[in-house]
Amino acid sequence: MRENLHRFFRAARGVGVHVSPAESIDAMRAVAVVGFADRDVLRDTLLLTLAKSEDEKRALNDCFDLFFETPTVAEASPPAAEAEAGSEGEDASAPGETPSGGPQPAGGAPSDADLGSLAQMLLSQDRTALAAAMANAASAAALSDIRFFTQRGIFTTRMLDALGIARLRDDLDRLTETDPAAAERLAAATDALREAVREAVSQALLLYGREESENLRNEILRSAPLSRIEPRQVEAMRALIRRIARRLRERYSKPRKRQRRGHLDVRRTLRRNAAWGGVPFLTAWKRKHRDKPKIVALCDVSGSVARVSDFFLLLIHSLHEVVSDVRSFAFSGHLIEVSEILETMPPEEAMCEIMAKVGFGSSDYGTSLENFEKEWLSTVTPQTTVIVLGDARTNNLDPRADILRTIGERAKRLVWLNPENRMAWGFGDSEMPRYATFCTVVRQCATAQQLERAVTDIVASYQ
Amino acid sequence: MAEQRSADLIAEVETGLAGAGYIASRQIATAVYLAQQIEKPILVEGPAGVGKTELAKAIAAWRGQSMIRLQCYEGLDEAKALYEWKYAKQLLYTQILKDKLGEVLGGAETLAQALDQLHAFGDVFFSKEFVEPRPLLQALEQPAGCVLLIDEIDKSDAEFESLLLEILSDFQITIPELGTISAVTPPTVILTSNGERDLGDALKRRCLHLHIGFPEQRLEERIVESRVPGIAQALRRQLVGFINDLRTLDLKKLPSVSETIDWARVLVLLQASELEPQVVKDTLNVLLKYEADIEAALPEVNGFVARAGRHGVFG
Repeated sequence: MRENLHRFFRAARGVGVHVSPAESIDAMRAVAVVGFADRDVLRDTLLLTLAKSEDEKRALNDCFDLFFETPTVAEASPPAAEAEAGSEGEDASAPGETPSGGPQPAGGAPSDADLGSLAQMLLSQDRTALAAAMANAASAAALSDIRFFTQRGIFTTRMLDALGIARLRDDLDRLTETDPAAAERLAAATDALREAVREAVSQALLLYGREESENLRNEILRSAPLSRIEPRQVEAMRALIRRIARRLRERYSKPRKRQRRGHLDVRRTLRRNAAWGGVPFLTAWKRKHRDKPKIVALCDVSGSVARVSDFFLLLIHSLHEVVSDVRSFAFSGHLIEVSEILETMPPEEAMCEIMAKVGFGSSDYGTSLENFEKEWLSTVTPQTTVIVLGDARTNNLDPRADILRTIGERAKRLVWLNPENRMAWGFGDSEMPRYATFCTVVRQCATAQQLERAVTDIVASYQ
Repeated sequence: MAEQRSADLIAEVETGLAGAGYIASRQIATAVYLAQQIEKPILVEGPAGVGKTELAKAIAAWRGQSMIRLQCYEGLDEAKALYEWKYAKQLLYTQILKDKLGEVLGGAETLAQALDQLHAFGDVFFSKEFVEPRPLLQALEQPAGCVLLIDEIDKSDAEFESLLLEILSDFQITIPELGTISAVTPPTVILTSNGERDLGDALKRRCLHLHIGFPEQRLEERIVESRVPGIAQALRRQLVGFINDLRTLDLKKLPSVSETIDWARVLVLLQASELEPQVVKDTLNVLLKYEADIEAALPEVNGFVARAGRHGVFG
């Protein structure tokens, strides 16, 4: 049973419940106390010890149901048994006493004796024995190691081998000659057995494979170029970006105060110790307030960069707890502020709205920077990080790098994120090298992974 | 056999809590039973007013132990939660004992000798005499054990959580000047949280995690029955049905069990025999705590009362 619990922990990890070794020990101890007899109590116990939030509880509850509902041959075979019209009682009594209506009792009894154990089980419809055999075969085939759907075939074969399908096939051949009726019955039961094994393997895949395939998919998604992902992946990518945002929030939303040990706050110390005549029993230390990041983001939404801007804006605007103030601007031919659109609308609609207002033009960095300088340069303060996301392809128009220089001098940091490959910078109409001289950091930012690193660096620079 | 016994014991917890006026679902009873068996704290989460704090009180009442409560708030630190030195007393003692110190040190001729003699007395001023125990330390010192309620842990700072880890996993506290103080009898620890912020994994790992949501209709009826004995059965059923309907609305703060009980009491005081739209409208402010919620609920009242009335007849 301990083996079973271990497999359950693995399945639980698959559905996203965090089960550390310490938690599994606790769960074991708790289960040892309550025992396995009452399934509801067992479920409650595991939910109490393993799941740590409401979502996890729901996931684990479903996982529990799936785990303890084992597909059995018995479930699959009733149609076959009924089709015979011979009633189960007769099946059960076949090896023992002679049934009244049996056409060839003499032929049936001796052949049963030299049949393999699996064939005997199938013929007598011994459900408990079959279930046990299935469970044994599952552990012999290491079914809980299944990870990917492509492995279904091999695990099915392994399980059938472990069950003794080879012997069963021989038995079937022999029976066909000696006892065609029994052979027919056995063939039907064999099909049911195969079906049950396939089902068991699919279930195992659902239980144990989820984690691995999810990880694999995320891994691929993280390093896929954002500008070229397929429409069907957009939703998954959004989910991934949200997860990245949550991780950043958890890491950087800690309180902004930190004591500066060694710098005595005399005023507060005296006040606090007034009761003891000013003898400083309790000391108060000076605290240092740290700024939350203030971000001004300028995003190119023309052509191929639009997709990347979309995800970038989604990420920046999901960082409420970490970032105190975000002003977002979108530009292609000219520049507008989009903070309000992003705050009030769901992400999909917001992006459509932004594209309708400024998108689909050819980008003009010069004019856009001029727009920014005229109207919003005052938003840039020495606490602000300015992030420009764009490919710096100016269509041979005036790049107005001087404005970027002014911005860079006013801001704490000026970060340029370029979705293009570094090799392409400076070729054709790319003005990247000219802009780069005024930036604190220039990074390539084509994938979710690079996006995460870039934003992490920005947020961490305020810690 | 052990299994059968554990099921009985869980049922026993359930009846025990019921005796203390707390109608527990089976899950809650299992949690309380397990907490005792494997000596782990329970972290209770759920919306406000579903009886998280009440659970601790009920356990204390049922076992006949005292309950020690630590209310968490922002800025709570170890001086208020664990222990504090009695500074004034220490100061007073040094003043009074000045002469005695002179006598003790009288024989010493050099400074080094005086120091040695002083050391021989040990840390007189940092001994147990001068420790002011705060709730957590008090809980460990109860000889008969107790129920320690750490209420609304989500309101405290993240640093405070780390302070709790030692007491939660090992039931002990380390005071640098005195050493480690272990629990005489491990207390039953209940932590409650309204989910205002996410708690750290380290804290969650050390606890059994129990989520109490809004109870099922039947359970809630039993709770009302136990808390407001004077209420008629028909009214009770209607009232619980009405509140369950109310919870399906999109409200800022959904009415929880404590509001149900308050409302039942109000209705008993008003001597209502069944729900009537006018009475409901007049007393809606007992259930809903925001003006916007009341406005949102008012147009639905008639429909809900009619439905609750039908429940009362057929349910």
